[in-house]
Amino acid sequence: MKPAIPYPARLAGLLLASLALASSASAAEGYTPVVGRVQLPPDVVALPIEEAVLTAPPFVPPAITRRTPARVVVNLEVKEITARIADGTDYTFWTYGGTVPGSFIRIREGDVVEFHLNNHPSSKLPHNIDLHAVTGPGGGAASTFTAPGHSSQFTFKALNPGLYVYHCATAPVPMHIGNGMYGLILVEPKDGLPPADKEFYVMQGDFYANGPYAGGGLQTFDTPKSIDERPTYVLFNGAVGSLVGDKALTAEVGQNVRLFFGVGGPNLTSSFHVIGEIFDKVWLEGGNRLAQENVQTTMVPSGGSTIVDFKVDVPGTYVLVDHSLSRAFNKGAIGMLKVTGPEDRVIYSGKEVDAVYFGSSAEDGSAAAKRQAELEQEIAAEIKANPTIAGLTKEMQMAKGKQVYMQNCFACHLPSGEGMAGVFPPLAKSDYMMADRERSIRIVLKGMNGPVTVNGVEYNGVMPPQGDVLTEEQIADVLTYVTNNWGNSADAFTVDEVRKVKGE
Amino acid sequence: MPRRRLCFPRPLRPLLAVLGLALGMGGHALRGGEASVIIPAGDYRPITRATSDPEAIAVAAFLLDILPITNAEFLAFVTAHPQWRRSRVSPLFADETYLRHWTGDLDPGPAAPADAPVINISWFAARAYARAQTKRLPTLAEWELAAAAGYTTPVGRDEPAFKQDLYTWLSAPTPEVLPSVATARATLHGARGLHGLVWEWVDDFDTAMVTGESRADVATDQNLFCGGAAASATDPGDYAAFMRQALRSSLKARQGTSSLGFRCATDLPPPSDQP
Repeated sequence: MKPAIPYPARLAGLLLASLALASSASAAEGYTPVVGRVQLPPDVVALPIEEAVLTAPPFVPPAITRRTPARVVVNLEVKEITARIADGTDYTFWTYGGTVPGSFIRIREGDVVEFHLNNHPSSKLPHNIDLHAVTGPGGGAASTFTAPGHSSQFTFKALNPGLYVYHCATAPVPMHIGNGMYGLILVEPKDGLPPADKEFYVMQGDFYANGPYAGGGLQTFDTPKSIDERPTYVLFNGAVGSLVGDKALTAEVGQNVRLFFGVGGPNLTSSFHVIGEIFDKVWLEGGNRLAQENVQTTMVPSGGSTIVDFKVDVPGTYVLVDHSLSRAFNKGAIGMLKVTGPEDRVIYSGKEVDAVYFGSSAEDGSAAAKRQAELEQEIAAEIKANPTIAGLTKEMQMAKGKQVYMQNCFACHLPSGEGMAGVFPPLAKSDYMMADRERSIRIVLKGMNGPVTVNGVEYNGVMPPQGDVLTEEQIADVLTYVTNNWGNSADAFTVDEVRKVKGE
Repeated sequence: MPRRRLCFPRPLRPLLAVLGLALGMGGHALRGGEASVIIPAGDYRPITRATSDPEAIAVAAFLLDILPITNAEFLAFVTAHPQWRRSRVSPLFADETYLRHWTGDLDPGPAAPADAPVINISWFAARAYARAQTKRLPTLAEWELAAAAGYTTPVGRDEPAFKQDLYTWLSAPTPEVLPSVATARATLHGARGLHGLVWEWVDDFDTAMVTGESRADVATDQNLFCGGAAASATDPGDYAAFMRQALRSSLKARQGTSSLGFRCATDLPPPSDQP
């Protein structure tokens, strides 16, 4: 109740003059006129009054247990702050409640909300709030337009249940939102939501900085990047790594996890996905009707939201991403949910076997095999017709073989042919290679797997087959090179020799 | 506009103006030498306008203070004009934000260094100060014309260095103690600190067209959807202009903020006065 005005009549007169002055100016100023406190009807006045519990992300206020409406007082402070956006890099954020996203607000359908927006005196700018949960022009924006160091109040009734975005709607709006001015307000349906074991609050936003990703120092908003929709960062909860490591979300095996997920934008739509999980239930677009079950990725528009539920069955780390993956890989849109508890290897076994896979040669009669045969005939004809090739000397073969070696073999056997002790057998002065020409051709053609002793050292590695990679001529050349280099000496290998082994 | 005429009690002008001038000059070396610069005539293009409004407003050349008014200068003013001291100011002309960062009526204190721009000043107080100097506040069009200049060219928003400094300042919260006005870099016409120190009152700040609901800022239709503010904008990419307009629209003449100061302007003498 307002106290009776105790001022002398003289002062009252002055106040009246002041009011007249203000009202004559208000139309031209564009300043939102103050229309006075709403006269609440007796049934609303009779409702219990409570102060809303506001939480910073990723936490959510407790579920509402009352089954009747209340008058809820919300006090939200706007503050412009400098905070970490990425390693070694700060950013000037504009916030509701000192965090990005802003404080989570939880009310119940039918509540009458007395909303106070308090703009901190250190703010550079006026701000306001458009709550998508509000029915009325601007969602409260005009009624909450507040100069630095001032406070605005308005009242609304929560008519529609759902999960709603709120955001600043002061021009230039993309800059206010781009600096972090958004959050979520949950209007619980009259009968509440189904219970969940864990509830979290995550919001995605795109940020346009006047420097590169994690470029260091203090970054601020970049207008051209914003206008072109070229974000520097796409973030969950306002910072790279805000939900990673010891800040990761946590749950235990068997729990039902609920994410209240919103997208502040200002521009990007999210393809929201949790790697390794399937959303059991999705309240699509934050509505209050269960819209879909068993969803891999749900699309959340800018200025929109979703509620997803999923039971976590096996332990491990589940990664939250915007599945438009450059945003996850290059711009920061990654969060983590760490689940602890007993394994269930029937649901998920972990890696059971690691074995070598050789791939397969082209099957007989396939188009690829026919084409290969044609090419081989062309090559043979070319060799016969071309005296340079036909008269290929051993030295030329070695020169060509060296090229083949340096493209295909040196990575393991090294340019010096010495291999790597215990891992890759040597070719230089290799007793094993020099002992059997056909065996060497076979190994190059078809690969090798299993134990072998070279120069007295045992190796148990894998050599991939080169029969599909190299032509018969290249195999002859490279074998000629390796058996006539690094102290080795042998006759040149011929294409016929290679072909003979290949035909085995 | 009638309220401009009934703004404040007429001071004992001849005596106090001389006193204020003396104190102001004595108390402040920064404004020594030329205190103001000529802003050449030009066109001001409002960022938003109704379709019936002109695209450009012609602005005559005028004299503008090089620097915003400092705490020392405002101290001289309230010393000479007791009715503008914090404890005595009429609530009609200044709300409780008035000079609230000062320690006392005549003691700016540690939060208000002598050479920092004065803030927490109502529009009425800013006008009274200007009148006491036999000056006036610049009009919105004059201020915007002067502020459009970059460091080296008449169009600052095409200068990368200027834009970088501008948006860095616009994005940053207001420091608890403002820096000296001497830290501001001069722009083309010689004025300093039009950006980068504080917002500044203009004489007709209340003509800004932004309402609290930015997306309905079109005179002909109050119900435009999200982003409507841009529908009537001449250059929707000029975010800085939107921010100044939003700031002005959020103000009332009685109130100040911790980032709002002012400077004064003067008409150039008409040509006929010159020999």
